[in-house]
Amino acid sequence: MAISKKQSADLARQVFEYAPAPEAIDHVRIQPTYGLFIGGKMVEPHSKKRFPTINPATEKKLAEVSEADAVDVDRAVKSAARAFDSWSHLSPSRRARYLFRISRLIQERARELAVVETMDGGKPIKESRDVDIPLSAAHFFYYAGWADKLEWAFPNRKPRPLGVAGQVIPWNFPLLMLSWKIAPALAAGNTVVLKPAETTPLSAMLFAEICMQAELPPGVVNIVTGAGRTGSLVVEHPGVKKVAFTGSTEVGKLIQRALAGTGKKLTLELGGKAANIVFEDAPLDQAVEGIVNGIYFNQGHVCCAGSRLLVQESIAEPLMEKLKRRLGTLRLGDPLDKNTDIGAINSRAQLEKIQGLVESGVEEGAELYQPECKLPERGFWFPPTLFTNVSQSYRIAREEIFGPVLSVLTFRTPAEAVEKANNTPYGLSAGVWTDKGSRILWMAERLRAGVVWANTFNRFDPTSPFGGYKESGFGREGGIHGLAPYLDLN
Amino acid sequence: MDVRKTYKLFVNGEFVRSESGRAYRPDGIVNVPRGSRKDLRDAVRAARTAFPAWAARTAMNRGQILYRAAEMLDSRGAQFTDLLGGGVKARREVDQAVETLVWYAGWTDKLPQVAGTVNPVAGPYFNFTLPEPTGVVGIVAPDEPSLAGIVRRIAPALCGANVVVALAPELRPLPALTLAEVFATSDFPAGVVNVLSGQRRELLPWLAAHMDVNAIDVAGCTPEEVRAVEAAAADNVKRVIKVAAGESSPYLITAFMEMKTVWHPIGV
Repeated sequence: MAISKKQSADLARQVFEYAPAPEAIDHVRIQPTYGLFIGGKMVEPHSKKRFPTINPATEKKLAEVSEADAVDVDRAVKSAARAFDSWSHLSPSRRARYLFRISRLIQERARELAVVETMDGGKPIKESRDVDIPLSAAHFFYYAGWADKLEWAFPNRKPRPLGVAGQVIPWNFPLLMLSWKIAPALAAGNTVVLKPAETTPLSAMLFAEICMQAELPPGVVNIVTGAGRTGSLVVEHPGVKKVAFTGSTEVGKLIQRALAGTGKKLTLELGGKAANIVFEDAPLDQAVEGIVNGIYFNQGHVCCAGSRLLVQESIAEPLMEKLKRRLGTLRLGDPLDKNTDIGAINSRAQLEKIQGLVESGVEEGAELYQPECKLPERGFWFPPTLFTNVSQSYRIAREEIFGPVLSVLTFRTPAEAVEKANNTPYGLSAGVWTDKGSRILWMAERLRAGVVWANTFNRFDPTSPFGGYKESGFGREGGIHGLAPYLDLN
Repeated sequence: MDVRKTYKLFVNGEFVRSESGRAYRPDGIVNVPRGSRKDLRDAVRAARTAFPAWAARTAMNRGQILYRAAEMLDSRGAQFTDLLGGGVKARREVDQAVETLVWYAGWTDKLPQVAGTVNPVAGPYFNFTLPEPTGVVGIVAPDEPSLAGIVRRIAPALCGANVVVALAPELRPLPALTLAEVFATSDFPAGVVNVLSGQRRELLPWLAAHMDVNAIDVAGCTPEEVRAVEAAAADNVKRVIKVAAGESSPYLITAFMEMKTVWHPIGV
C-alpha cells in the first residue's frame, strides 16, 4: 500500500529513538599516572607535581599527568637539541621510514586512540574514529614522503632544518593537532618539544608509546604536559628555534610579543569567526547539513567553525524552518555512543565561557532557539543553539564562542555578503553555498580567509594547506606550504 | 637661476606637505617634509581604500604597470644618478633598480603558477591553493642603497598585489621621494604606493602598531627597532617580514602574501 503524502511528511518529522550503541572500552588501558616523555622514555617530573585529567562527560578522573616545570622543560629542550645533530644528518629516506612507521602504528592502534580521545576530550566517538585518527595517520604518511624530497619542493634553495621546534597545541583535536605539528617538523629534519593541552593530554601520552614502538631515536620527540605556564616555558626557552602554536588569538598575541627580537621563527594558527554564506539558489537540504556540520561538529570546538550563518533574505524563512527541524534530530549525549552527534563540552571553564556569551546574546536582543534536548546530569553539556535577529555588533557575532552556538544574519546582495563576511578581525575560513559556479569563484576571490569551502564545510586533508588571514594567524599547515615554516630557506 | 623643487610626501596619489607643517634638512641644505603620525594615518587610509581595486586588477595589468615604472625610472636615469652622487656606482644602482622593477613586472602572472598548488585530497573534491595579497604593507626602507634598497622591497610587495606605505630612508630620503614621481607617472591608482619622509622614531612605532596594516617589512630597521616592531606587531598579528635586504626572489613576493585554499565537491 502506497504511503500517502501526509503520512510521508509525518514520518519525516518523526525522530526515531535509537538504542544505545556504546563503543567498547575494555581494550583500552589508561595508566593511573603519566610521566613526561623526554629522551625517548617516560620520566618522573622534576616538579613532582601532577594534575588530574577528567572525562568531561562524566567528570570522573581518568589519570594524573605531570606538570612540567622549568627544569623539566629545559631537560626536554636539551634532549631535543642533543638529538637534532644526528636526526638532521640522518639520511632523509631513513627519516621518512620512521614517519611511515608512526603513521602505520597510528592506524594499527586507531580504535584505542579514538576511544581515549573521546574519553579525555568529550568528542563523539564517530568523529574521533572517522576524522581525528585517520587524518592523524594520513598526516604522518603524507609528510613521511616529503622527508627525502625537500629539494624538489623549494627550487633554487637548499632547505635546511631549523633545530628544536617548540609546539603548543589545543584541546579540540588533540592527536590531530599533534600530528599537524610533529609530522612536518620531523620530515624537515627538526626535533620537537610538544606541549599538549592540559585538559586533553592522554592521546599524546599514547603517542609517546608509539614513538617508542617505532624505535624513534631518543630525543627526536619530547612531550611535556602542563598548563599555560609550561607552554610559555617551551616557547620562550632559548634553545627553541621555531615556535608553532595553535590556540586562541589572545594567547597567540602574547606569544608573538614574547618572541619579539628573539629571531625565532613563528607560525600561529589562531581563532576564527567564519561566515557560512547561503545563497537563495543553494540546494537547501545540503546547505542545512553543511551548516550543522559547520557549527555543531565537535560541539563547535573548531577554530574554523562556521559560527556566523549569512542567509540570503529571500530564503531565510524556509532555511530556518529546515535548520530548526534538523537541530531537533541531533543526538546529544554519551560521546562513546556511536550514534551521538554532540558530545560533551571539553571543560567546565569552556562551558562557562559559552554560557556567558549566550547570555550576552540574549541580553543584547538576539532571539534564542534551542531544540528540546535533555542534558545528562553529570558532565559538561550545552545544547545546540541558534540565534536569530543578530546584529553585527553583538558579541555573539564578533567573538569566537568555541561552542555549539550559531548566529544567523541575513543579506540581500553578494556584495553585502562579502562585506559582512569580511567584517571581522579574523580570517580563517568561510563557506559559500550556491549552485552558480561563477558566483562561487567570485565569492572565493573576495573572502578574506585562508580556507574557503564551497558547497561543503569543515573538510581537512594533509595535502591541503590550512591557516588564516589577519588575526587568525600566519603560516600554513598541511601541503607543500606546511613545510616552509620548518625550514631555513635562505 | 634654476627652479628648485619642493620635496613632498606622496600620499593617495598626491604630493603633499606634512600636515604638521614641519620639515628637516638631512643633508643640511634641502628641506624635506617631516611626516607625522597623522600623515601616516592618512597614508594607511589611502592604501586601504585603494587595496580592493588594485588586488582585483589582472596579473597582466599589474605587470604592465610595474614595467611602466621601470620605463619611467630608466628615462630619468641621469637625474637619479645625480641624486645618488653621480659616477659609475650611482649609475649602476639606478640600473639595478630598473632591473628589479622589470624582473618583478614579469613575475605577476607567473607567481601563482609557481607558488600555487592543486592539492590531491583523499576525497571527491577539487582543491587548490593560490597566493593572495596580505593587504596594506608597511615598508621600512634601508638607508643604503637609498634607491635600489626601497625598490627591492616595494616592487615585490606591489607584484603580489599589495598596497604600500613606505618610510623613506631618514638620512637619504631624496631618491625615495623622487621615486614617488616615478610611481605617480606609471598608472598606479592613487593610494597604491605612498611614500613618507621624516624621522623613523616618530613614524615607525605608529606604523608597527597600526591596526589596519597587515604586514611590515623591517629591511631597514636596526635590531632594536626590529624587536620593538615585533612586539607592537602582535597587537593585530601583523606579519613581520625579515628577509635579507638584498633578496630578490619569488619567496620574497610570497612573504607579502597569504595562501588561500578553496574546496569544492566533485559530483554530477
